[in-house]
Amino acid sequence: MSSLEAFVTILGLALVTVLTRGFLMLPDRELPMPAWARRALKYAPLAALVAIIVPEVLMARGALITTPLDARLIGAAAAVAWFFFRRGILGTIVVGMAVFLPLRIGLGW
Amino acid sequence: MSPPGSLVAALQRHVQSTCRHPEFRHGLRDMAPMVPGLAAWGLVTGVAMVRSGLDPWLALLMSLTVYAGSSQLASLPLIAVGAPLWVVLLTAFVVNLRFVIYSAQWRFYFGHLPRWQRVSLGYFGADMCYAMFMRRWSEPEPQPGQVPYFAGGAFVLWAGWQLPSILGIVLADGVPAQWGLGFAGTLALIGLACSLLVDRATWVCAGVAGAAAVAAFALPYKLHIVVAVAAAVAAGLMMERPGGGGGRPIGAVQPARRSS
Repeated sequence: MSSLEAFVTILGLALVTVLTRGFLMLPDRELPMPAWARRALKYAPLAALVAIIVPEVLMARGALITTPLDARLIGAAAAVAWFFFRRGILGTIVVGMAVFLPLRIGLGW
Repeated sequence: MSPPGSLVAALQRHVQSTCRHPEFRHGLRDMAPMVPGLAAWGLVTGVAMVRSGLDPWLALLMSLTVYAGSSQLASLPLIAVGAPLWVVLLTAFVVNLRFVIYSAQWRFYFGHLPRWQRVSLGYFGADMCYAMFMRRWSEPEPQPGQVPYFAGGAFVLWAGWQLPSILGIVLADGVPAQWGLGFAGTLALIGLACSLLVDRATWVCAGVAGAAAVAAFALPYKLHIVVAVAAAVAAGLMMERPGGGGGRPIGAVQPARRSS
C-alpha cells in the first residue's frame, strides 16, 4: 500500500471511529432498533476479532502451520491460559510476550 | 454572524467552566487507576503500527485521529497486505460495533445536547470511559455534572493512551524486526476477545468465527473476515433460540410499551 493509500485509509478509519462511537446519537430523534439487530451487535465484534486472530496465530503463507513448535502458537496458548487464570488484558500481553520472545529470539521458532 | 474571535472566547469559557467543575476532578480521580494498563496497551499499539510497516508519521496520524486501539490493531495486518479500502473500513466498523451499543446508552445522558456536542462526546467515549461513567451515573437520565465528569475521565484516558502510543512509535524503530514485537498487538486482541467469551453462545460464536476464517482464508480481498463474521453471528443467534432471548441483555434496554 502506498503512503497516499495508507493516508486515505487512516482518515477513513478516523471517520469510522467518529461514526461508531456516536452512532445512535447522530440523529436528533431516537431510532427504533429491532431486537435481533441488538443481539447481533453482541456477537459481531467477537467474531471479527477471532477471525483476525486465528489466521495470524495458526497460519503462515496462506496455509495452516504443520508444527506445534511455533513461537506464536505457544505464546498465544500461554496468553489465553493466563487470561482465564487471572482475567487481565495487561497480564495476558506480558505472559504471552514472555513466552514468545525467548522462543522467537533464542530458538528461532 | 459572530467574528471568529468571540467564538474562540466562548469556547474558552466553556472549557474553563467545565474544568473548574468539581465533577471534572472526580472524573480525573476515577480514571487514574486505569492508567498503567492503558499505557501498556498504548505502547504495544504504537510499536505494532510501526512494526507492521507503517511510516512513523502515518502511525502518529493514526494514533491521534483513529484513537481506537482494537480497530487500529485489527486493521494493521490488512493495511500491510494491501487489502482494499472498503474491507479495511468494514472490518474496523465491525470491530467497533460495541461502540454502537454504548451510543444507545450515551443517548440517555447526552441526547438533549446539540449534535456537535453529542458527536464530540461520543468520539472520546472509549471502553474504559463508558465503564467508568456508567458506574458513577447508573440512573440513565441527564444530571448536572455529567459532562464535566465525562471530560475529566476522557482527558486522563486520552493522555494515558496517546503518550505511551507515541513513545511506542518512537521506540519501535530501534527494535529489530525479527523479534516480532508486533505480536504483542495480536496478544492484546486475544485478551480483548477472551473478555467477550461470557457464555456458551459466545464460545460457539468464537469457534465458528475461527474455523470459518481459516476455511475461507483463500478468498481474495481478505473477505474471509466478512464470511467468518456472518457465519459466527448467525451461529450465536441460533444458540440463543432454545432459551428464548438467552444471554444477557445488552445496550439500552427500553421499557416495554403497553398498548392497553
